[in-house]
Amino acid sequence: MREVHVLLKNRGKIDPKNAQEYAENGGFEALRKALSMSGAEIIEEVKKSGLRGRGGAGFPTYRKMEFTAGAADPVRYIVCNADEGEPGTNKDRILLSTDPCAIFEGMAIAGLAVGAHVGYIYLRAEYTYIFPVMQAALLHAESLGYLGKNMMGSGYDFEIKFRSGAGAYVCGEETALFESIEGKRGEPRFRPPCPSIHGLFGKPTMLNNVETLANLAPIIKNGAEWYRTLGTEGSPGTKLFTVCGNVVRRGVFEFPMGVNLKDIIYEVCGGIQDGHKLLGVQTGGTSGAIINADQIDMTLDIDSVSASGGRLGCGTILVIDDRNCIVDIVLNNLDFFRGESCGKCTPCREGGQQLYNLVNRIATGHGAIQDLEKIDELAETMRLTALCGLGHSTAVPVQTSIQNFRGAYLKHIDRDYCPVCSEGGGIYR
Amino acid sequence: MERESYVYKTPASKLVQVAAIAAEYRDRPDMLMTVLIRAQKVVPAFSKAVASVIAREMNIPMNQVYSFVTFYAMLSVKPQGKYIVRMCKSAPCHVHGAKEIVEAIEEQLGIRIGETTEDGRFTLEYCPCLGLCEISPAIMINDKAYGNLTPESVKDIIKQYIREDVE
Repeated sequence: MREVHVLLKNRGKIDPKNAQEYAENGGFEALRKALSMSGAEIIEEVKKSGLRGRGGAGFPTYRKMEFTAGAADPVRYIVCNADEGEPGTNKDRILLSTDPCAIFEGMAIAGLAVGAHVGYIYLRAEYTYIFPVMQAALLHAESLGYLGKNMMGSGYDFEIKFRSGAGAYVCGEETALFESIEGKRGEPRFRPPCPSIHGLFGKPTMLNNVETLANLAPIIKNGAEWYRTLGTEGSPGTKLFTVCGNVVRRGVFEFPMGVNLKDIIYEVCGGIQDGHKLLGVQTGGTSGAIINADQIDMTLDIDSVSASGGRLGCGTILVIDDRNCIVDIVLNNLDFFRGESCGKCTPCREGGQQLYNLVNRIATGHGAIQDLEKIDELAETMRLTALCGLGHSTAVPVQTSIQNFRGAYLKHIDRDYCPVCSEGGGIYR
Repeated sequence: MERESYVYKTPASKLVQVAAIAAEYRDRPDMLMTVLIRAQKVVPAFSKAVASVIAREMNIPMNQVYSFVTFYAMLSVKPQGKYIVRMCKSAPCHVHGAKEIVEAIEEQLGIRIGETTEDGRFTLEYCPCLGLCEISPAIMINDKAYGNLTPESVKDIIKQYIREDVE
């Protein structure tokens, strides 16, 4: 299986700090073209391309653009969500550190589409070491006149500003991210109003994931028709997949949407390490579904993964081999969520902790079969009542693993010996 | 307990440096993060005295500084070591032997997770995903990332810090 490099085409081939090298490799051509187009034309092209958000939710990008472009307030913002907090994903780190100019170009195009003159990049604190690369690249691009004031002599100004996080998963939620940029605790806001009307500093704002923005330049440069030759009908384009866990070859790979999960694991990544057997796969990060070894013959695009009860999310593929125990993995997931809940809404703050307690009881051999029903009920309550995506997805790994690994749970409830949990289990206990 | 750990002595010379940073952003509450991150290079943690100086210079309430600092995992009100060793505990590191790495670091430094060495040089703590999943298990020491660790290699890395053999 061959990778298709649209977003990763410059990875390792150019000096990321050098905007001239980026330009010589076809960079800024899309921006030049976009400068001759009207905002509505750009949005129309993105609409035809069928681009959907790459951060997790898969929302059609053109609709965010339309909403923001149609807002009454003339001051608008573009925000690039580089708070890549989902455990198991580091694709945005690769994009930002190997090809930052592609992100700047995408932001400038997005700015033209919605009529914004300022863009913010919110980078998570764990990636602080990328700041010098990004800063150097931006300065260079501005000094050559590609970005900043009067971009390429067009008279259009677009300024990019950097902001840092300080270690909070919830700040990947868009309204929490706005709060954080505004100098407050990163707690999600109630909606409505939605960010395209009342976003950052109360102004209409369009927030996109790093990878989504990276897609804009190729779309504008080569056209929507070309873009649709990649991927599937419902999810056109390529997707970055972060494959991690117990496979031979780990890394970030780029494939057209619609590739098969099994092929990625066995053909691209060389199968399971050290001759072990596959136990399960978690797609979409910690907030994604856990499937068992029989279910991995699966097409990876946004709709098919959703249909199987999980989500493609940010394209994470965590491969888990038979040295692990699924109950222990789920406990690890829940430990993450209970720690990262911001505490603003009760279902998530209390529910996450209670789910952890329930699964912990099962893992340590104190669980009962009724606990599985309790987990389901609690999960449903959280899904319906939590304020943001964090609370909505806390229960996803629990519920899907109970469906797909019921035997493992029953084994713990029966207090059978488990080589992982019985020997002290997770690293944090 | 919590309150006590918030009140401890910060040298006056450091307070002056923090004040100078904060004064650049007077009446700009949105720049609080920038101020704190820059100030963190001067003082490793935000004592009551530091918070009060920042609040005064930026012209914002002190409780805003406190509520902000206590929200974010990488900002601290408690005294921290000069080197903060952050061990990723998320699933990709977990399935790749993070437990052995933690045990090796604990042995090397003679402290348990969550503690600071007596000489105040090292703090060891867990943190959620560091975004180094393709090279797990991974740690960060201050702003530097290390991946593909083994119990042996992580000890060598820590040794460099013990000897101050780092830039």
